[in-house]
Amino acid sequence: MRYAMAIDTKRCVGCADCVVACQRENNVPEGFCRDWIVEETTGTFPELQLEIRSERCNHCADAPCVRCCPTEASHYEEGGVVLVDHDSCIGCKACIASCPYDARFVHPEGYVDKCTFCIHRVREGKQPACVEVCPTHAMIFGDLDDKNSEISKALRTRKYKTLIPEAGTDPHVFYLL
Amino acid sequence: MKEVAITSGRMNHGVDPLLHAWGWEIPLYLFLGGLVAGILFFSAFFYLRHRENVFTAAIKVAPLYTPVFLAIGLAALFLDLSHKLYFWRLYTTIRWESPMSWGAWTLLFIFPLSVIWAAFWVKDVYPNWDWKFPIIEKTIAWLAQFKKWFAWSLILFSGILGMYTGILLSAFNARPFWNTSILGPLFLVSGLSTGAAFILLISRSEQERHRFSQIDSFLIGTELFLIIHMFMGFLASTSVQIHAAEMFLGGPYTAIFWTFVVGIGLLLPLLIEIMELRGVTVPAVIPAMLVLFGGLMLRFVVVDAGQSSRWLYKFMEQLVF
Ligand code: SF4
Ligand code: SF4
Repeated sequence: MRYAMAIDTKRCVGCADCVVACQRENNVPEGFCRDWIVEETTGTFPELQLEIRSERCNHCADAPCVRCCPTEASHYEEGGVVLVDHDSCIGCKACIASCPYDARFVHPEGYVDKCTFCIHRVREGKQPACVEVCPTHAMIFGDLDDKNSEISKALRTRKYKTLIPEAGTDPHVFYLL
Repeated sequence: MKEVAITSGRMNHGVDPLLHAWGWEIPLYLFLGGLVAGILFFSAFFYLRHRENVFTAAIKVAPLYTPVFLAIGLAALFLDLSHKLYFWRLYTTIRWESPMSWGAWTLLFIFPLSVIWAAFWVKDVYPNWDWKFPIIEKTIAWLAQFKKWFAWSLILFSGILGMYTGILLSAFNARPFWNTSILGPLFLVSGLSTGAAFILLISRSEQERHRFSQIDSFLIGTELFLIIHMFMGFLASTSVQIHAAEMFLGGPYTAIFWTFVVGIGLLLPLLIEIMELRGVTVPAVIPAMLVLFGGLMLRFVVVDAGQSSRWLYKFMEQLVF
């Protein structure tokens, strides 16, 4: 099993529903977010190109945040999901510095927090909150090891990219182009 | 043109707009760690070379300060933790891949070592010192048979401590400015140099001061060489590292780095020490204080600048929140 997410940049309109859904589902404290919307504009007016992405922790397969954690609080769960065990985290913030995507933050309660791929929902057979709520169905979550899953199909048929693969972390959030 | 905007709003405290995971605590701790490594190294080294009667400040007096410096450093490290009550988790596992982890274990060894090493010399420095409890006196006397072994393990652990403070940062590939293998040796040499400067500061003997002036000048020269080398490496590397170097070559860290770290912290004391070695009399306190100040500034600038350098949205001016 290898969980991953594919986000269709052609469908995403940047409404930020995923951001709000995540904040509600995961009780993200006010002023913080585990996912966010990036709009990248390239070109010169009037020849402009716009790419909209919903970004979050990439649940890297070679995650520097797991490697540098002194207490094993940051660890891999089933399907390669990267999680932080709150009761082992000492708040040294090494993992925050180690993440090239700046996906982590210190929760006001002291431990480090970030996207969990809504693993608590996935275990119940549901989709992550952001995926479920997306009005344009721009997000696909699923198992890459299952050749018939929707995400495997999308990655077989569409062009895609990951963000800064050159940082060497083997990210598992894919952007369909 | 390329413009990147985070349109959903993101202002995660400590991460946006620029990463600020570590404030003053970590640089202070890195500085004190390096300083202690330097002092203990010289003390053990010259002890093993039987210089007890010549280099008394280095071998006997300076180590008395090390447990205090380490304790302050550890307190700073502890203050930095945001989930303090769980700090003991550091010691329920060893993770070789995590410099934080083996650094924490190194400290667990070097702290008692520094206390024991200091205890060996207390009576030499303060002849009227009274341990109050004979058991302490006896234990120390018993341990003193193994002084040589303690000295050797100090050399080993001070080396690890000195290197580790640099490796801690250079292990972060996510921060291009830290991601250079030069940082390990640079912090080690800077630690040794601040150690030598501290000995210079407290030494009362002409001969000792002369020797440590020589040592310090050599170390400062090495540091300058490493700094130049580091920037050459960055400029010959990928765009993120070139960008990281540019923060120091015209960017926001230019003035503070070249004035305080290189100018006042390295070049000026080097000049003064060379003058001194040529016979001009300058109070040794001046170059020594400058070197200590430069070492502290180096840690502050490096910790801060590293956090400002990034891979994603690397050109800050592109990023709109
Ligand atoms: S995106 Fe960052 S926090 Fe998420 S797994 Fe990768 S390195 Fe860790
Ligand atoms: S802050 Fe917590 S999760 Fe992150 S590296 Fe430190 S102990 Fe691990």
